[in-house]
Amino acid sequence: MHTSSAAVWTARTLEEALQLRAEHPDATVLAGGTDLMVFIEAGAIRLDKVLNLWGCTELAGVETTNSGIRIGALTTWADIREVSNLPDALRECAATVGAAQIQNRGTVGGNIVNGSPAGDSLPLWLALDADFEVASTQGVRRISAQDFWTGYRTHALAESELLTAVHIAPNAADSLHYRKVGTRMAQAISKVVLGGRLRIENSQVTEARVALGSVAATPLRLPTVEAALESGQGVKAAQYVTQDITPIDDIRSTADYRNTVATRIVRSWLERCLERT
Amino acid sequence: MTRFTVNGHELSVDALPMTRLIDVLREQLRLTGTKEGCGEGECGACTVLIDGTPVNSCLIPVVQVSGRDIITVEGIAADSRLDPIQQAFIEEGAAQCGICTPGFIVTARALLNTNPNPSRREIREALAGNLCRCTGYQKIIDAVVAALEVD
Repeated sequence: MHTSSAAVWTARTLEEALQLRAEHPDATVLAGGTDLMVFIEAGAIRLDKVLNLWGCTELAGVETTNSGIRIGALTTWADIREVSNLPDALRECAATVGAAQIQNRGTVGGNIVNGSPAGDSLPLWLALDADFEVASTQGVRRISAQDFWTGYRTHALAESELLTAVHIAPNAADSLHYRKVGTRMAQAISKVVLGGRLRIENSQVTEARVALGSVAATPLRLPTVEAALESGQGVKAAQYVTQDITPIDDIRSTADYRNTVATRIVRSWLERCLERT
Repeated sequence: MTRFTVNGHELSVDALPMTRLIDVLREQLRLTGTKEGCGEGECGACTVLIDGTPVNSCLIPVVQVSGRDIITVEGIAADSRLDPIQQAFIEEGAAQCGICTPGFIVTARALLNTNPNPSRREIREALAGNLCRCTGYQKIIDAVVAALEVD
């Protein structure tokens, strides 16, 4: 047992949260705790200060906006599974995060800010061209998913900022795809995770997004594969997957396995999408 | 002090705010029915209900249960009568070493509270966050199915 003696500030409203963030930029932000509590128990981190956002209900929930859909940072995976106007692939992803107990606590914002390269949802935000809404007492700005993860578990948030929401554009006409490869259906951390989106007009791929997790220090898009798809190479674009990724050997898998499986799951997705048109 | 309700009793607990809920339950309240398996949210042995929702009590700091309603395995039976799920676990032989059993029973109770007539597939999915290393899962699923008939 590693009980942390950290001082905890609990925010009930967004305004309180931003004020506390400004006063305590060195505090560790706590949402559903499904990652943070594991790190504490393992003795991997020692915390002096915690900013507890759980219970800040205005940061939870999904709403339709003029430009698309806004997902509050504290929306849980259990919540995501229940929202019918979200893309099916996102709801599928929510169902693969841990199991019920984890889905009831784990949040969209926690997954994003924790920023593990294996984070289940992260390739989907890249594939969706999502924008992350971040706020401080100084105001609100947006960071694109593409610019958010700057290195292994690091991100572009300033010390005084909190992630408040994710914005996705309505692209119901596009085919969005999610595929997670793990050891078992539930409670697995991904060996490879894929988020992909194709816009197909008159049998031509006019926009391609291919993003993978667990294959580099950050979740990332595959520019060579995307360019090949947009220049009409079709399923053959999958051969470039290994040029865009830098997987490693670790406790969950090997670089060799990840290169092979990443290529295969991209190819099988492309085959299904492109042979249908 | 953190105030919350456990199995219908209102309590105040004096604990560091980041203390894990499982430690408060077991060490301070002596509710030792809730077991610690992995301590990292993988095995579900420590499952309790917070406002009716199953969660891993090893991942919840006590500061996050202020004002909440908690049910542990000790609160599943009504007075001296076992819950139909508990009775079915006995009759179907669904427990062996017993460490995972409270978590399974609490998770299954949450399922039946929200979905009184689940399919076997739905039962398997609901219990996917609870691991058993002794029996395999067949008898556990059988017990939940048997409990449906009397629940």
